[in-house]
Amino acid sequence: MTGPLTSLVLGQAAPAGQWLRQNGDVIVDRGIEHLQLTAISIGLGLVISIALSVIALRYRRTYRPITMAAGVVFTIPSIALFPVLRPYFGLTATTAIIGLTLYTLLFLIRNILVGIESVPADVVEAAEGQGYARNRLFVEIELPLALPVILAGVRIATVTTIGLVTITGLIGYGGFGFFIFDGLRSNLYLPKLLVGALAPMVLALLADGALQLVERALTPWSRRAAG
Amino acid sequence: MEALIDAVGFLADPGNWAGDRGILVRLIEHIQLCVPALLAAMVVAIPAGVLAGHHRRGQAIGTFIANVGRAIPTLALLVFGLILSVRVLGLGISYWPTVFALFFLALHPLFTNTYTAVKNVDRSLVEAARGMGYDERRLLLEVEVPVASPVIFTAIRIAAVQVVATAPIGALAAGGGFGRFVLDGFGSRDYGLMYAGIILIALLALATERLVDAIERVAVPDGLRLDAEDDVVSVAAASGRAV
Repeated sequence: MTGPLTSLVLGQAAPAGQWLRQNGDVIVDRGIEHLQLTAISIGLGLVISIALSVIALRYRRTYRPITMAAGVVFTIPSIALFPVLRPYFGLTATTAIIGLTLYTLLFLIRNILVGIESVPADVVEAAEGQGYARNRLFVEIELPLALPVILAGVRIATVTTIGLVTITGLIGYGGFGFFIFDGLRSNLYLPKLLVGALAPMVLALLADGALQLVERALTPWSRRAAG
Repeated sequence: MEALIDAVGFLADPGNWAGDRGILVRLIEHIQLCVPALLAAMVVAIPAGVLAGHHRRGQAIGTFIANVGRAIPTLALLVFGLILSVRVLGLGISYWPTVFALFFLALHPLFTNTYTAVKNVDRSLVEAARGMGYDERRLLLEVEVPVASPVIFTAIRIAAVQVVATAPIGALAAGGGFGRFVLDGFGSRDYGLMYAGIILIALLALATERLVDAIERVAVPDGLRLDAEDDVVSVAAASGRAV
């Protein structure tokens, strides 16, 4: 049993273990970078998406242009988007964050709009009848009721962003993805490649699970309704 | 803006089209990466999706593929392609790793959309066909697949566009195609070259979409065709993966 696959696994296990032990600090640092880039981009994306959604809902004429633009941005390949930004913002965290934030908009805007539009009309009317002004209605009634759908959008955007962060290795960031670029430069050094490829997947699945818990904690009523 | 003008200048210069590193050669390389990957993925994923949809038994697998598929970075697919090609199969760097990566990439949209399309075929049609004595095989080939075919073509269109737009990552593994222009321009700060590469990729992706549309017009029965409104944008969104 010394097929190529077996020798691949056995031949690499020892040096891989050694590399992991020696580079634990660097790996943790890149993991923190990965989380920071993701969190900042999702945070900015949420602020922008809420603002654009409010505009789209108040001025119906802007509705389609806004949703279309978010969709078109999402179809730009990431391998092209970060280079496109380079002449203007250089090899900086700004470039990384602008690109990542742009990619979050589609899912966030879509789910915010769907969430708010599916708030029952009689609830809105009841609130209006009680004298809620438009802004108060939005913050105290519509947003909370739309929360499950919005959080679902945040989950999808987060998982997607964690994957996309790896591409920012192109401009010197990349979180765990840094190790993929590093491994490509160092003669396909397998431990680096595998850490760069597998760690983001683990992170994405963990983040997905964590956000599901947040969703349940923040929307106890939906659990009661479901049960 | 300057980079854009340089890019147009680059594209307008006939000298850049010929030669063994010219646009035409890169175009052929790009197509050589995409076509085998897409066809192989279609051969695997479409029959699997059709069968799973017919037996209505792929829900768990479908959801799993959709969730995990989104969590796998495109770059990780390239890494898996590299390991498979270089370490396991001994096929070397530069061509096969990208083909494998693009193959993996296309599986997810093809399978999930085909599965959903076949599963969602109107039940009354299926019951009617059964009532008329169709056996499972005829039901599948003469009712379910034709009725699902517009959505299956949508799946092919998304997969094709994603493959064409993602192929440039192959340039990271010494591959050819238009990604070369992007990464070479990026590396040497020749932004005109870089933008030219990006423009060429976008044009090729658009051309691919039109090509799949044209094939669909020939292949799908008139009465079943969807309006062209379903488009790459909404579907790329549905498949949930940025390239």
